[in-house]
Amino acid sequence: MSLMTDRRAVSDGGSPLPVSLKQPRLPRWTPPVFALVAAGAGYGIGQAAGLDSTVQCALIAGAVFVLGTFALAAGVEGARQAKDRLATSLVWLAFLIAVVPLASLLWETVARGTKVLDGYFLSHSMGTTPDALPGGGIYHAIIGTLEQVGLATLIAAPLGLLTAIYLVEYGRGKLARVVTFFVDVMTGIPSIVAGLFILSVWILILGFGPSGFAGAMALAILMMPVVVRSTEEMLKLVPNELREASLALGVPKWRTILKVVLPTSIGGITTGVMLAIARITGETAPVLLLVWGAKTINNNPFQDAQQSLPLYVFQQWQQGSDASYDRAWAAALVLIAFVMILNLVARGIARWKAPKTGR
Amino acid sequence: MNTSSTTDIPPLPPHDRSAVSGKAVRPGDRIFLGLSRGSGIALLAIMAAIAVFLTYRSVLAISGDKANFFTTLDWNATGTDPKFGIAVLAFGTLVSSLIAMLIAVPVAVGIALFISHYAPRKLSSPLGYVIDLLAAVPSIIYGLWGALFLVPHLSGLYSWLDDYLGWTGIFSYSGGAARSLFTVGILLAIMILPIVTSVSREVFLQVPKMHEEAALALGATRWEVIRMSVLPFGRSGIISASMLGLGRALGETMAVATVLSPSFLINTSLLDPGGGTFAQNIASKFSEADQFGQDALIASGLVLFVITLLVNGAARLIIARRKEYSGAAA
Repeated sequence: MSLMTDRRAVSDGGSPLPVSLKQPRLPRWTPPVFALVAAGAGYGIGQAAGLDSTVQCALIAGAVFVLGTFALAAGVEGARQAKDRLATSLVWLAFLIAVVPLASLLWETVARGTKVLDGYFLSHSMGTTPDALPGGGIYHAIIGTLEQVGLATLIAAPLGLLTAIYLVEYGRGKLARVVTFFVDVMTGIPSIVAGLFILSVWILILGFGPSGFAGAMALAILMMPVVVRSTEEMLKLVPNELREASLALGVPKWRTILKVVLPTSIGGITTGVMLAIARITGETAPVLLLVWGAKTINNNPFQDAQQSLPLYVFQQWQQGSDASYDRAWAAALVLIAFVMILNLVARGIARWKAPKTGR
Repeated sequence: MNTSSTTDIPPLPPHDRSAVSGKAVRPGDRIFLGLSRGSGIALLAIMAAIAVFLTYRSVLAISGDKANFFTTLDWNATGTDPKFGIAVLAFGTLVSSLIAMLIAVPVAVGIALFISHYAPRKLSSPLGYVIDLLAAVPSIIYGLWGALFLVPHLSGLYSWLDDYLGWTGIFSYSGGAARSLFTVGILLAIMILPIVTSVSREVFLQVPKMHEEAALALGATRWEVIRMSVLPFGRSGIISASMLGLGRALGETMAVATVLSPSFLINTSLLDPGGGTFAQNIASKFSEADQFGQDALIASGLVLFVITLLVNGAARLIIARRKEYSGAAA
């Protein structure tokens, strides 16, 4: 406050300014250096208080850093700058807090997963391997996942694509609005509820047994709204001039859609479908209810229980022995790699085939 | 766009003119419209079927329930005297999701701001990419990590909380494995972080540059710019992102089933093991349930379905009210 009044007095007098107009600022190296100080303080306090958890030390260090920077800035730079610095340090802290568990998740999966992951693990089923002993593999789970996800895609992708075409190309009026609303509602269905629905119809009422196909139907319910949403977005990006040009030449509407609209947006649609596949690949709950899991290879998705990768992870975790934990981590690594590769390829296609909309 | 491709199409022969004029509908068009409209209707039919069949099985279960379905603190759906109720599940689901929201939303908004406004420009778009990738990590992997890594690392923190906050009753901890509702809340928070972050980030990136530059030109600090132009613009986006995250947290199955050690007690001490959630209860009780037991689980699933519908519907309404934030419609 005194600084402000001083300055006003000086400028009123009209004499050359004796003080700089710039407010005093902390030097640029303050935050990193202070972060080191805070880390040291956190470690020191933790040692002094005999805390055994690094989490606690980190929390103390974070608190020291945030409050310390605030106090320092409030003293040197004034209240507004101090608030700004407080926000900056909180935002950085939020980022670090989030990075730690997510990085640890990936690190643990890779580190523990590579222990038993080899060619044998990928090419053999559990068969008669006892759960508590090392050995066995995930071949049956990979087969199951591929078949279930493939079937789900065969059901959901055409339905979803056609629904999106209806909404964008034909959809006016009440039906389109209702469909749009329920697509939104459908995106929010918990996976276990989709599983329960197929369970009630397919198994409890129609009397079929567990099979890969039952799981695929539940997965298709989860996949459909995602496909509709993403395809819709992509179709909307297709410039109207293209449609009009084609229609003006007398091309029927359905041929316009098939030959002009879809080829223009095919990259984005592929991306959307692949992201949807990546999403349902990791679903465990419906598979648990409908496919049940098996220890041996079952190539027929329409008959009897099958295995799937996420369910395999869960069941191996349930066994609770060291060997089964190792297998669970290895299968988790395979699953995560599969999902990540799908994601990366999908996003690559999106970038490569992006429609040129001139935006 | 490309004029050369249009010249390839030969001009229409004269006799086809009649088909172009008027409202003559070609069979191809009719079939295509029928197919696409049919899929839309199929989607509605699936939704209706979900509601109808879940309700039907639930009615069977609830009418066979010898105790109050909503207030009973037990889940015994077998034998001649089935007594089960969702009180514990409702409590556990709401409490764990609430903890997840309290942790995840501020942090996610922080990360979203970090990516959109604080991170060095070169870092921000790869970071957004990584966050989107993390949103795709399957929940069972979070569950495995939570059970085998997070749980053993939390007991130290919990005894610390117990030392200083144990008097509240909420944070009292009696030792043992940290398989509690609070752990579930933390794990759910970590799980929904990427999705909440990625939706909020998209909204923040849509803030008109002019608003921010105007604030900067008036001498605002970076925080003031964010408070005056970014947050007001992104408020409804943040709300709907949180609701989407809440919807996921409510319906999450595997991560809860692996981490929680369930019991049918409402325990006010959140750090101690116990409680349960709808989805977790279905997954862990399913293998030993007979047909009536499965119906009972379906009844609890119906309650979960209704709750998530309400949450998601609210989120969609908020988005629809501010249509211009198309980025929030993820």
